[in-house]
Amino acid sequence: MIGLPVGAIDCDVHVAVPNMNALLPYMSEAWQEMITSRGTDGLDLASYPNNAPLTCRPDWRPANRKPATDLSMLQRHALDSFGTRAAIIHCLWGAQAVHSEDLARTLCQAVNDWIAAEWLDRDPRLRAAIVVPAQSPTYAAMEIERWAADRRFVEVQLLCMNEMLLGRRYYWPIYEAAVRHGLPIGIHAGSAMRHAPTANGWPTHFAHDYVAQTAGFEGQLLSLMGEGVFNHFPELSVVLVESGVTWLPAFLWRAIKSWRGLRGEAPWFTRSPGDLVRRHVRFTTQPFDVPGPDETRKILDHIGSDEILLFATDYPHWHFEGTGALPPGLPDDLVQKIAVDNPLATYPRLKETLS
Amino acid sequence: MSEVLDHSAGAAVRTGIVDCDIHPTMKSNRELFPWLAERWQQHLAAYGSQPRIPFSTGTQYPKAAPATARRDAWPPTGGPPGSDVDFLRAQLLDACDIGLGVLAPLHGAARNNELDAAVSTAVNEWQIECWVKPEPRLKASVVVTHEDPDLAVEEIARWAGNPNFVQVLMPSKTNELLGRKRYWPIYAACQAANLPLAIHVNSVGGGYASTGGGWPSYYLQDHHINVHSFQSQIASLALEGVFEKFPRLKWVMIEGGFAWLPALCWRLDKHWAQNRLELPECKRPPSEYIRERLWFTTQPMEEPEHAEHLRDTLGWIGWDRIMFATDYPHWDYDDPRTAFPIRLSNAEHEMIFRTNALGVFGLP
Repeated sequence: MIGLPVGAIDCDVHVAVPNMNALLPYMSEAWQEMITSRGTDGLDLASYPNNAPLTCRPDWRPANRKPATDLSMLQRHALDSFGTRAAIIHCLWGAQAVHSEDLARTLCQAVNDWIAAEWLDRDPRLRAAIVVPAQSPTYAAMEIERWAADRRFVEVQLLCMNEMLLGRRYYWPIYEAAVRHGLPIGIHAGSAMRHAPTANGWPTHFAHDYVAQTAGFEGQLLSLMGEGVFNHFPELSVVLVESGVTWLPAFLWRAIKSWRGLRGEAPWFTRSPGDLVRRHVRFTTQPFDVPGPDETRKILDHIGSDEILLFATDYPHWHFEGTGALPPGLPDDLVQKIAVDNPLATYPRLKETLS
Repeated sequence: MSEVLDHSAGAAVRTGIVDCDIHPTMKSNRELFPWLAERWQQHLAAYGSQPRIPFSTGTQYPKAAPATARRDAWPPTGGPPGSDVDFLRAQLLDACDIGLGVLAPLHGAARNNELDAAVSTAVNEWQIECWVKPEPRLKASVVVTHEDPDLAVEEIARWAGNPNFVQVLMPSKTNELLGRKRYWPIYAACQAANLPLAIHVNSVGGGYASTGGGWPSYYLQDHHINVHSFQSQIASLALEGVFEKFPRLKWVMIEGGFAWLPALCWRLDKHWAQNRLELPECKRPPSEYIRERLWFTTQPMEEPEHAEHLRDTLGWIGWDRIMFATDYPHWDYDDPRTAFPIRLSNAEHEMIFRTNALGVFGLP
């Protein structure tokens, strides 16, 4: 029993760039020469080592190829077995982590062209996030413009950890373009490693890196709220993708308390963090770190909103077994909201193309 | 010529030049498996070494050429440049009449110190089995887990007195500056084993931006800026009193250039004199320690606009402190016949291409 309603929408599935050769057809000759003559490759993000258990569930792991590089596997594992009506692709790759702004732009353009040709064109259920080079917000905004007319691109993808915190005005051209075209900003787990993954340096273990992602997300929420991004872009929606969810109540309690005590420092910060998050921020449901159904119900009560969760499998990342993608203990009416209503409300382009 | 050499370990290097920076590479890390416990083989397969960069397998910056290598250095037998001992022998040692070549494996430090220690031991075994035994003109470097000095000391003890090794090797970018006391046990072990401590440039290291103002965009910047990691390490070693504490330890600075050293020494000395209140551990002007304890390899050599100016710089540093290196098989390799933009006297040539290095390594 999957427990998903008809028309469920999966807000986070992954596809992976097999290697640089797959992208060369989507670049100019000059860039093809630059990249091949220098042997530029190996841009898989350190946040997701290909063979780490998290990166691909064992029964979803292909025998002789990189995970998430095969359409028929994605169709079988992620779409057919959950009966989802639509699924949003996030492509995590080094295009968003290389240092050169021009190389970043070229690689992001190629990734998006490749996503459209190799995935979106081949299954009408698929949607995607536009991979943009945060290394240059100007280029990122241009890339959003380039895809604005293609309604299959329903979101803008940023990594959780970049050179600077995302509330800084430096990044605002990205939000301006996103709002202009009705695209939520998806902030996905992962780091461009401009800084150590923790405030105390580099952990020894991969497990620690991954656990520490939640601190990265908390930092981004405080940055977006504290810098006034939601004041300046009242229509902006932010989706935290693969962020985990159950840290949210404790985060809000501390954030609200700090805001009460210190809001004089940022006079534009007039709405409470709880209100801002419930109005502007959404969370995908995998991973959902909880021991059992009782805790799920309590956490949902603490969060205090039935509108902020978006169903996701996070395929092929390994968070659950079988088809048990839903957190345990969700009431049926909430499942309908999480799997259908909330995604349609969050992604205007989904509503437009699925309704 | 090199073919008349006695190749047995510890034998005199009777002829040929000394190359202080040769990079042996692996076709894959499976070459280490004979010396690596199954637990670590599995760990490497699942997680890799987790370098402190954005990419799981690539480099921080796209390099100048595939494998950062000379385009003619890919062995005809397959595998990456620097992975075939026969081809390296023919293309480098025989072609350039190299009588002694010092290996500097650049396998990259793992974040997990226990893994790094296991890999270090394996790399040291691999250097002997796969390089020094088939080609005794080559000598190995003891690679160590510099971020866990206890483990590094164990590794140095394992190889102390073994004539296949001529130095201990560490990278120029570390988690903390090398003057910090936590690294001192490594220096004590090197000094006790009578092994010089070589610092090789690395672009990936402690996981800090390569400038104090942030990350550059291009390899052409990063490649230059890496030299600053040597400057900060040398300043740290001097000011924290390492040179005072370990008076018999020799230091070899590999692939960091050298033309910047005189200006650094002048600046350090000036501020040492002014700030002695905060520098009681550094008892003499830093330049004095540097002149006594440090050696520098040549490649990549700074090239003055007027070639003869190089003579001034070499004079300031000391002709007895400079050791030739090719950096084979990397793209910016120096050919010993053409590397120097000035004509060296026979005596100068003999020092830089041979006797300085033999003296540092204590070889006859």
